[in-house]
Amino acid sequence: MLMINEMPVDFRQGCRLVEFTANIMPGADVFIVNGFPVSSDILLQDGDNCWLIRRGEVPSHDEMEHLLYARHTPGVQAKVKLACVGIMGIGGLGSMVAVAMARIGVGRLLLADYDVVEPSNLNRQQYFVDQIGMKKTEAMKENLSRVNPYLTIELFDGELTEESIPEVFKDVDVLAECFDGAEMKAAGLRAALTRLKGKGYVGSSGVAGYADNNMIRTQKIYDKVYIVGDRESAAAPGQGLMAPRVGIAAHHQANQLLRILLGES
Amino acid sequence: MEIICNSEPRQVAEGISLEKYILDLDLNPNTVVAEYNGQIVRREDYADYIMEEGAILELIRFVGGG
Repeated sequence: MLMINEMPVDFRQGCRLVEFTANIMPGADVFIVNGFPVSSDILLQDGDNCWLIRRGEVPSHDEMEHLLYARHTPGVQAKVKLACVGIMGIGGLGSMVAVAMARIGVGRLLLADYDVVEPSNLNRQQYFVDQIGMKKTEAMKENLSRVNPYLTIELFDGELTEESIPEVFKDVDVLAECFDGAEMKAAGLRAALTRLKGKGYVGSSGVAGYADNNMIRTQKIYDKVYIVGDRESAAAPGQGLMAPRVGIAAHHQANQLLRILLGES
Repeated sequence: MEIICNSEPRQVAEGISLEKYILDLDLNPNTVVAEYNGQIVRREDYADYIMEEGAILELIRFVGGG
């Protein structure tokens, strides 16, 4: 038995991929066998799992899931597609965390920001020149939809406060604090520890400049609560925020969010 | 009197508030999360928390940038 785009098909000894599948999806020009792209015609083996895609065609929701699943560690997809991740601030850290969450197929994202895309954001944030002036929430939803059109993306367009955070994010499974300002970073953690008890939380502090990569750490401060950064490198004149180091920290955050969702501690 | 702040013994003045203690460390209280004897303190309560002998304080300070 073969599986071709999730449909069982009888296996015949000696059948070749391209010839055998021509009737199943005419015009297919991308072939993925057992999770790996195959560039030339191959002899199929009994039990092979094949995906046929037409280049340039947006895969269906089911196809998308199975294609993502193929490149993931087994068991990851089933969990992340049911998860809801909140992101407070979608600037340097938050825009990269959002893209990482979308790429692994996190089913539901709640993105909060009050700002618009400005030229000075483009040195590190996942926006494009033609989005200057757009609300970051709208621009990010547009970008994430191009990564994966089947995600549910909810937006909170406004300023968060220590008081409003627990209400806005009460339904998320894990929350990423990606604020720029130190006062809001502290407010976010206070809100989480007092009124979002038990939720996963990944904050940030110390991501500016271009100091040593390995000073960026993920530190556990409470059960399911972490802070990423070197805890010292503040954004200041002479120490700017740039894509490489902010990106290191953002992906520490993203991986920690994933680890919490998967039950790793 | 003595308190324990971030696992280190510290001498502080009798009757000092959490707010004043943080300010004396040259930190902006708005950028600090404080746990006093196991309890996370709300920002509006920093000035009302008067430190007691032997109190165990954990301060988490944030720096800007993101």
